[in-house]
Amino acid sequence: MRRLLTFATALTLAIFATTTLADQAGAQSKELTLCWAAWDPANALVELSKDFTAKTGTKMKFEFVPWTSYADRFLNELNSKSKLCDLIIGDSQWIGGAAENGHYIKLNEFFDKNGIKMTDFVEATVTGYSEWPKQTPNYWALPAMGDAVGWTYRKDWFAKPQLQKEFKDKYGRELAPPKSWDEFLQIAKFFQGRQIDGKKVYGAYIFTERGSEGITMGVTNVLYPFGFEYDNPKKAYQMDGFVNSPDAVKGLELYKELYKCCTAPGMTNAYMQEGLDAFKSGQVAMQMNWFAFFPGLYKEMGPERIGFFVNPSAKKRAVQLGGQGISVVSYSEHRDDALQYLKWFAQPEVQKKWWSLGGYSCLKAVVNDPGFKKSAPFAADFLDSMNMVKDFWAEPIYATLLLDMQKRIHDYVVADKGTAKQALDSLVKDWTKDFREAGKKL
Amino acid sequence: MNEPTSTIDVTAPPLASVRPRSTTVVAGMSDRAIAWLFITPTIALLLAINIFPLVWTIRMSFTNFKANLGWMAYKSVGIANYVDILTDSDIWIAMQTTARFVFWSILFEVLLGFGLALLLNRRFRGHSFWTTVILLPMMLSPAVVGNFWTFLFQPQIGLFNYVVSFFSGVDPASFSMIGDVNLAPWTIVLVDTWMWTPYVMLICLAGLRSIPDYIYEAAEVDRASAWRRFWSITFPMVSPFLMLAVLFRAIENFKMFDLVNLLTNGGPGSLTETVSITLKRAAFEKWQTGWSSALAIILFLAVFAAANIYVKVLNKVKQR
Repeated sequence: MRRLLTFATALTLAIFATTTLADQAGAQSKELTLCWAAWDPANALVELSKDFTAKTGTKMKFEFVPWTSYADRFLNELNSKSKLCDLIIGDSQWIGGAAENGHYIKLNEFFDKNGIKMTDFVEATVTGYSEWPKQTPNYWALPAMGDAVGWTYRKDWFAKPQLQKEFKDKYGRELAPPKSWDEFLQIAKFFQGRQIDGKKVYGAYIFTERGSEGITMGVTNVLYPFGFEYDNPKKAYQMDGFVNSPDAVKGLELYKELYKCCTAPGMTNAYMQEGLDAFKSGQVAMQMNWFAFFPGLYKEMGPERIGFFVNPSAKKRAVQLGGQGISVVSYSEHRDDALQYLKWFAQPEVQKKWWSLGGYSCLKAVVNDPGFKKSAPFAADFLDSMNMVKDFWAEPIYATLLLDMQKRIHDYVVADKGTAKQALDSLVKDWTKDFREAGKKL
Repeated sequence: MNEPTSTIDVTAPPLASVRPRSTTVVAGMSDRAIAWLFITPTIALLLAINIFPLVWTIRMSFTNFKANLGWMAYKSVGIANYVDILTDSDIWIAMQTTARFVFWSILFEVLLGFGLALLLNRRFRGHSFWTTVILLPMMLSPAVVGNFWTFLFQPQIGLFNYVVSFFSGVDPASFSMIGDVNLAPWTIVLVDTWMWTPYVMLICLAGLRSIPDYIYEAAEVDRASAWRRFWSITFPMVSPFLMLAVLFRAIENFKMFDLVNLLTNGGPGSLTETVSITLKRAAFEKWQTGWSSALAIILFLAVFAAANIYVKVLNKVKQR
C-alpha cells in the first residue's frame, strides 16, 4: 500500500511539473490568430506570413472559413467579443459596424507613429476598406486585399475563325471582349445554346445567389454603369429617385434579360464557386467573378483558353468593389503583436511579394510600378477596375440592407415577381424603414 | 411431522391501516414530499428550457432588442412589432405559402398513407418486408433527406431529372426542380410527402387493425358490398386516426424549416419562403430579435388556436 501511495504521489508531481513547464513554454512563444475567408488568396497569405514568423518569431495561426459562412461566423465572433481573432481581414461593408461597436482598434495613432501613410495606398481601397465614417481620416483597417468584379472569357472560342465570321456577318463588328452592356448582351446571345467542341454551351455566367450577398454583388455591376445611386449625393439617405431611378430600372431589366436569355439552366442560386466550375468545365463563354480568383484560374486554364476584361459600361464606367482591409480586433490579448504584423505587412517589399504570390496589393508603389500592368494578364484590368469601383452600403446595419436587396432583386430576376420598378420601389421602402429603425432622421 | 398451525391475533390492527415502515421511517418524508422530490427536477428543467424562454420571448417581443448587439440598451416599443408584422404584406405572403404547402402535402400524405395502409392491412407474402421498406424514409434525418434530394434534383447529374428525361424525352439539363418558379413549391411538397407518408400510413394502419373483425363478418352476412363496407365501416372507424394524423402533420408542417431550408432556402426569390424561414432570416440574419420574437408568438398563438379548434372537432367525430 505504501509503495502504491509513493508511486501515485510521484506520478502526480511529474504530471504537474510537465504541465507547468509546457504552459511556461507556451507563454514564451508568441502566437497570433488571423481570421479570413477560405480561398486562394488566403493560401498566399499563409505563405507570405512565414516571412513574418521568420523575422519576429511570432507564430501565425489561421482561421479560414468558407465564404458562405464567413460573415455569419466572424460577425458573431466580433459581436460576442470573442478573443479568437487577433487580426481579421473583414469585408469592406463591416467597417461601419465594427468601428461604431468598438470591434476594431482605431489605427490613426499607430499609422502616424510608424510612418504608414494612407496616401500611399490606392484611394478607392482606403475609402472602401479603412475609413469610417466614409471620406473622413478615421482609419480602422489597413487595405490588404484589393478586389473588384471582373470578367473572364473563353479566348479559344472567341478566336475560332468560323465564329468570328458568323459574328461579324450578324453584328458587323469583331467578336471581341465587350466594352458596353449592349455588346455584352449580343455576345452572350450569340453563344447561348451553341455547340462548341461537341458540347452545348451557354452565353454567360452571372451571380444569382440568394442567401448571402451573391445576386447583389452581381446586379450592381449593371446598375452602377446604368446610373443607380444609393442615395442623393447632395442629401444623405434620400433614396427615392436614385435607387429606383429610370436608369436603375433599365439596368435591372437588363440583368434579368441576361439571366433569362443567356445563362445555363439551374443557375438560380449560384455564386463564386459555381461560376468557376461552369467556366472551367467549358459550360459558359463569359464568366462574372472576383479578380481574386483570376490568378488560380489562369494557372489552371492556361493563356490559350482564358482571357480577361473589365466590367462593361453603359452611361458610365463603374464596377462593384470587393476586397478587404486587415484590422486588429480590440478584444485581442495580443494587440501589440498584431499591430507589429500590420507594420510588417505595410512594407513595400512585403506588398510586392504579396502580389507575386497571388494576393492583390493596394499599395501604390506596387500597382503603379511601370511593370505592374504586364506582370499578369489580368493586372491591367484590375488596375482599371480599381479606378472605377463603387461599394455597397458600409453602415452598421449593412447586413439588413443587404438582405433586403437580396430578396427584392432575387424575387424580380429569378422568381419573376413583379416589375423592375416595383422591385426597386420596394427596396426604397425597405431601406427607408431600416434606416429609420437605426435612428437615422430621413 | 407436525402440521403447521396458524393463529389470528384479533387485537392486531387491520392490514389496510398499517403503513409500510420503509416510507415513513427510512426517508423520514411524507409521500407528498417524496412525490415533490421526484418531480422537482423535471419541473425545474421545464421551467428552465420551456417556460422561461417563452416568458422571455414574450417580453422581448415588445422591445427593439437585437441579440447580436446584446450589450446595447434596448427600449420598449409597445405593440409596434405586432402591428408591423400584421400589416406587413410579405408576412401574409409567407403565411399563404405556408398554408399552401401544409394543404397540399397533407392532402397527398393522407391519400397515399391511407391507400398504403389499406394495402398493408391485407396479409400477403413479404408483408413485413414491404412495411419496413415503406417506413424507411421517415426514419431518416430531415437534414439527410434534404441533402440527398438536392443532389437528386441537380439538373446536370441528378437522378430525378434523368428519370424524368428517360420517360418524357425532355433534356435533363433543361429544367431545375428547385430553381424553377413553377416547380420549386412542388419540390418541397414532393419531398415532404415522400418522407412523411409512411407516418400517416402507420397511424392509419393502427386504426384499421383496431376495427373488430366481427363488424366486417356481420356486414358480410348482410351481403354488404366492399364499397359499402369501406364507406360504412372502415372509413368512419379510421377517421379519428386520420384526423389525428392530419393534426400532427399540420402542426409539423406549419413550422417546417429543415427541408425547406435545405432544398430551396425559401427561393427562388421568396417563392417558397415559409414563415419559419422568414422567422429565421429576421432572427439570425437581420438580428431583429424583438421583431422575430413577436412573430414567433403570433405563430405560436395561431397554431395553438387552430389545434384547439381541431381537437374539439376531433372529439365530436369520436363521439359520433
